[in-house]
Amino acid sequence: MAVVELFGTWFSPYAYRVIWALKLKGISYEYIEEDIRNKSPLLLQYNPIHKKVPVLVHDGKPICKSTVILQYIDEIWPQNPLLPADPYDRAVALFWIKFADDKVYLMSKLYQADGEEQRAAVKEWLEMLEVMEEHALIGGKKFFGGDEINMVDIAFSFVAHWLGVLEDVVGLEIFEPHKFPRVSSWIQNFKSIPLIKENLPDADKMSAFSKHGREMMLASKSN
Amino acid sequence: MEDEVVLLDFWPSSFAMRVKIALGEKGIKYKCKQEDLFNKSPLLLEMNPIHKKIPVLIHNGKPISESLIILQYIDQVWNHKSPLLPSDPYQRSQALFWADYIDKKIYGIGRRVWMGKEDQEEAKEELMQCLKTLDRELGNKLYFGGQNIGVVDVALVPFTTWFYSYETCGNFSIEAGCPKLVAWAKRCKENYQSVSEALPHPLQIYEYVMELKKRLGLV
Repeated sequence: MAVVELFGTWFSPYAYRVIWALKLKGISYEYIEEDIRNKSPLLLQYNPIHKKVPVLVHDGKPICKSTVILQYIDEIWPQNPLLPADPYDRAVALFWIKFADDKVYLMSKLYQADGEEQRAAVKEWLEMLEVMEEHALIGGKKFFGGDEINMVDIAFSFVAHWLGVLEDVVGLEIFEPHKFPRVSSWIQNFKSIPLIKENLPDADKMSAFSKHGREMMLASKSN
Repeated sequence: MEDEVVLLDFWPSSFAMRVKIALGEKGIKYKCKQEDLFNKSPLLLEMNPIHKKIPVLIHNGKPISESLIILQYIDQVWNHKSPLLPSDPYQRSQALFWADYIDKKIYGIGRRVWMGKEDQEEAKEELMQCLKTLDRELGNKLYFGGQNIGVVDVALVPFTTWFYSYETCGNFSIEAGCPKLVAWAKRCKENYQSVSEALPHPLQIYEYVMELKKRLGLV
């Protein structure tokens, strides 16, 4: 059996996407924790272009970029499919995956901002949540994938768990459940799935780690 | 029943050119509708309400947006000839990685080059770095797809009509830094009618860029 290795970091929403996909498919893998401030020679060899996690190494061959990794996993191990088979439905799913992926930068944008920049970042967050509420979750679906989660749910997971941590770190409430009832239901359903619930980074640990980093960053900004 | 295929287009758009190449490769008959990006049609706003951007492929009334997603859709539906993606999953993952790299880099950096603002020098350096990376990735292959063009070739070749504009606005030479890439672009146009038909002449693009710069108050 070919060896599967995953390079990740304990707080990375991108790494968790791959962890969940592997677990959903029942694939055993070896996890290697990377220190992003001191990247291993192996990571730099496997991902020379972006030098980032996650990287999946299957049978010695590296695959980089979480969305590319997810599609690879889905093709190699077809059990519990993560994308629809129908070409049109698949194109719609890929559209939402790209949409979610293009918005993850809002995490660091809000994290790094204060003052006017922070107001702008919050506005972008609310616009994104509105699109999710009005366009992506229509039809009374339990998950983006229907009755079961699929790659789209996995792509939006940063909203389900990491946003809450970010709100705590910056001291702002961005997500008001009554304003986004569909998204709110989806978050509750998503986090209730045992495989997801049992595989999430500790929120308090992330919060403490991020708060400290943010204090230092804002202090150096004002100097 | 005949398939109805419509492409919402904007002729200078590299992203739309990708779709035209793919449709050409597969021999698909389609209707091309030009959009005015300063005055978007109700159809475009209906078919792509989230981003309001072209290209949009409308297949039997159903819209597909985002050029790389459109390419994958075309490849899946019209799988009788000219495969755009490799059949091997690992090769496919590498192709999608490079297509994504091109997507994230070339348009944004290229724009900063032709706009000619304070960050132009920085943008030129970044553009050359990206193109050199792609030049290295191509290596001695005929095409990124191997013996035939594939999704990476289709994703990148439209930007080559913009090279003249980048070079002229930025006062530098791309060929000097990436000879293999420039030779590859020539090869694509010479050997693939779908490419030569989809790509406007570089001077037409330059004319468009100069008009746009005037409109934006940059000249």
